[in-house]
Amino acid sequence: MTAVTPYRSGARTGRDGFAQLLRAEWIKLRTVRGWMLGLALAALLIVGLGVLFATGSRSSCMNGPIEVPCPAPLIGPGGVAVEDRFYFVHQPLDGDGSITVRVSSMTGQLRKPDVTPGVRNVVSGVTPWAKAGVMIKQSVRQGTSYAALMVTGSHGVHMQYDFTEDVAGRPGGVSAASPRWLRLTRTGNTITGEESSDGSHWTTVGTVRPAGLAGKVQIGLFAASPGDLTVSPNVMFGAATASRFAEVTAVMDQVGVRGVAAGGAWSRDDIGVTMEPDGVTPHHPGGLTRSGGTFRVTGVGDIAPSAEGMPVERVLAGVLAGLVAMMVVAVMFVTAEYRRGLIRTTLLASPRRGRVLAAKAVVIAAATFAAGLAAVATTVPVGRSILAANGNMLAPVATLTSLRVIVGTAALLAVAAVFALAVGALFRRSAMAVIAVIVAILVPYVLATASILPDEVSRWLLRLTPAAGFAIQQSMPTYAHMTARHAPAEGYFPLPPWVGLAVLCAYAALALALAAYRLRRSDV
Amino acid sequence: MRREVHAEWTKLRTVAGPGWLLGALVALTVAAGAVAAAVVPCAAAGCGQDAARISLVGVQLGQAMVALLAVLAICGEYSTGMIRTSLTAMPRRATALAAKAVVVGGLTLAAGTVAVLGSVLAGRLLLPGSGFTPAHGYPPLSLADGPVLRAAVGSVLYLVLISLLSLGLATAVRDSAAAAGVVLGLLYVFPLAVLMVSDEEVRQVLWTISPTNAGLAVQATKDLADLPIGPWAGLGVLAAWAAAALAGSGLLLRLRDA
Repeated sequence: MTAVTPYRSGARTGRDGFAQLLRAEWIKLRTVRGWMLGLALAALLIVGLGVLFATGSRSSCMNGPIEVPCPAPLIGPGGVAVEDRFYFVHQPLDGDGSITVRVSSMTGQLRKPDVTPGVRNVVSGVTPWAKAGVMIKQSVRQGTSYAALMVTGSHGVHMQYDFTEDVAGRPGGVSAASPRWLRLTRTGNTITGEESSDGSHWTTVGTVRPAGLAGKVQIGLFAASPGDLTVSPNVMFGAATASRFAEVTAVMDQVGVRGVAAGGAWSRDDIGVTMEPDGVTPHHPGGLTRSGGTFRVTGVGDIAPSAEGMPVERVLAGVLAGLVAMMVVAVMFVTAEYRRGLIRTTLLASPRRGRVLAAKAVVIAAATFAAGLAAVATTVPVGRSILAANGNMLAPVATLTSLRVIVGTAALLAVAAVFALAVGALFRRSAMAVIAVIVAILVPYVLATASILPDEVSRWLLRLTPAAGFAIQQSMPTYAHMTARHAPAEGYFPLPPWVGLAVLCAYAALALALAAYRLRRSDV
Repeated sequence: MRREVHAEWTKLRTVAGPGWLLGALVALTVAAGAVAAAVVPCAAAGCGQDAARISLVGVQLGQAMVALLAVLAICGEYSTGMIRTSLTAMPRRATALAAKAVVVGGLTLAAGTVAVLGSVLAGRLLLPGSGFTPAHGYPPLSLADGPVLRAAVGSVLYLVLISLLSLGLATAVRDSAAAAGVVLGLLYVFPLAVLMVSDEEVRQVLWTISPTNAGLAVQATKDLADLPIGPWAGLGVLAAWAAAALAGSGLLLRLRDA
């Protein structure tokens, strides 16, 4: 009898930490040429389609028949693009003071779509955000700081300042029988807005401190009416929006001003009025008719953030195509193991199955994030400079917002890739998994943004489905007091950016948990 | 050709996937159409909506199932190696592909007819509740009405052509995941990319050559003059896509090793 010594490899036992697992998975991803090509293709699609879109977008502005360079967007005190057009009847105010007024009527006219072609169809009425009331403004220059207390067409009393800020007061309209009193008081740098229905019992609407309202300011009455917005179904693209001329006339009396020079005269300014091609006739002018103490102020235009200009996310048209390519790679990254039987080797080498899935998710997330970040960070500055060179008006964007859009889009791609990987691990079949993730992410997005469904249904789709993650791309905040179609088709998402991304993350986490459960419980 | 068709029919019939997919096609199409018919409002006369198009909106979801069926029918053979057996048994490769197209197209035709009829029925029952009443200028949806019949028949043909287009692309791509990505990218990302083009003329041209947009023009029953392409011509564009994909992939199938 001879004792047989079992064979022992001389090699040192390898460590099987998570780092080794990550390295193994990274090598698997890196060494399949098709997958690296797929990721490169995704990055190319993002950059290429974005640049193609930017190159194909040209715009020029017309003043009557003459082509003129487009004006730069008007920038408000907060750095956002604003609209600042209204009729202002004002006096200078240096130091503390106040203005009190009674608004007893708001009427106006709107232009509706022509019934008979070529004949202007003008009806009487006011738009929801037509506004008239009292205002303290830094100067009569467009875009300067202000605070205003107003009665609106159908949103009741509001106090607004510096274009973006809006405080709601009591609802309800005005009439001769139930007028509304408004008062704006300046104490130091603080502006207080109060309203009353009888002129003796006052309620405070808001107390604000706009940064630019120091020193000498203008105090007075104003009126403005944004255009009448109509949304009509369009066979080709779902819906078309049009904004038509609207003006409002407010009757204000019992005007009391304190703090101004005694016997000061009222000056009038049609702020931001444009001229007809002849250069002297104002286009849609506002106006003032005064009889004794009664002021009838007529105004056109709006004082609000502007929707003009291309937002930063418009150059990211290629992200959807890139997303499809990345999701295909992510699905294959796991289903190829099942098809080739490699999964048995993988699980033999690393029996803790949950950790394998985790390592795969980390590797695909890192790879897609890196590829996506590189592509998006290139596309945004390049695309925007091409757009600007082609004469397009660009919406100004804060550096932090722009950074959020860029990093957020890369994160969106990474989370979608993890979601695709998890669905692939769950189904173990590549075609089914690819179709499932595309139906889950892209189809709701297409249905919601192509104006096929009504806006409210589209909003619910973008709240409940993984497509909610696209909200991270919205650079322009949704201002409720801005007259615009706040629909997904126009790029306005129902959820705030990070909440939307969190919805997608939740779907990815759920799919990952289900995949881990299946991987642990069933044979491979 | 008859024997090839029989062989392909046997292959597709004896796996579980196609049955489920065709069931999903009917269920998703009818469900999405019914939801749209129930929620799209028509507040007053002349609300401008196209009633037939609303009840057939489910086709846009159902087409994903059709695409998956076509992709699995061919890529499944490549992933298991079955394609080599198939081509050994049926050496005339173009005929083999044609037989596959007949079977996949035929199954889509049958299931698509059920799905579209279900959608029209759902629209007929649900649309009046959303305000699509005769008082608002919308008679009940009926196949006896010429444009509605065109929309319904056209939608079925649209699904068949999508299955052929998907089969052609998948035969060229071979890998199921990549094929699914290419097909769905063409079906869903192309129309979105068209929306983002700001130049009106370029957008019209892209819209006219997009398989989804032009193909679905056949669903329009009103404002036909506003469409850049007529209903049947639009379906013709999709047919051209499908024919080109099948012809190209038939050529590739002959030229490449399996």
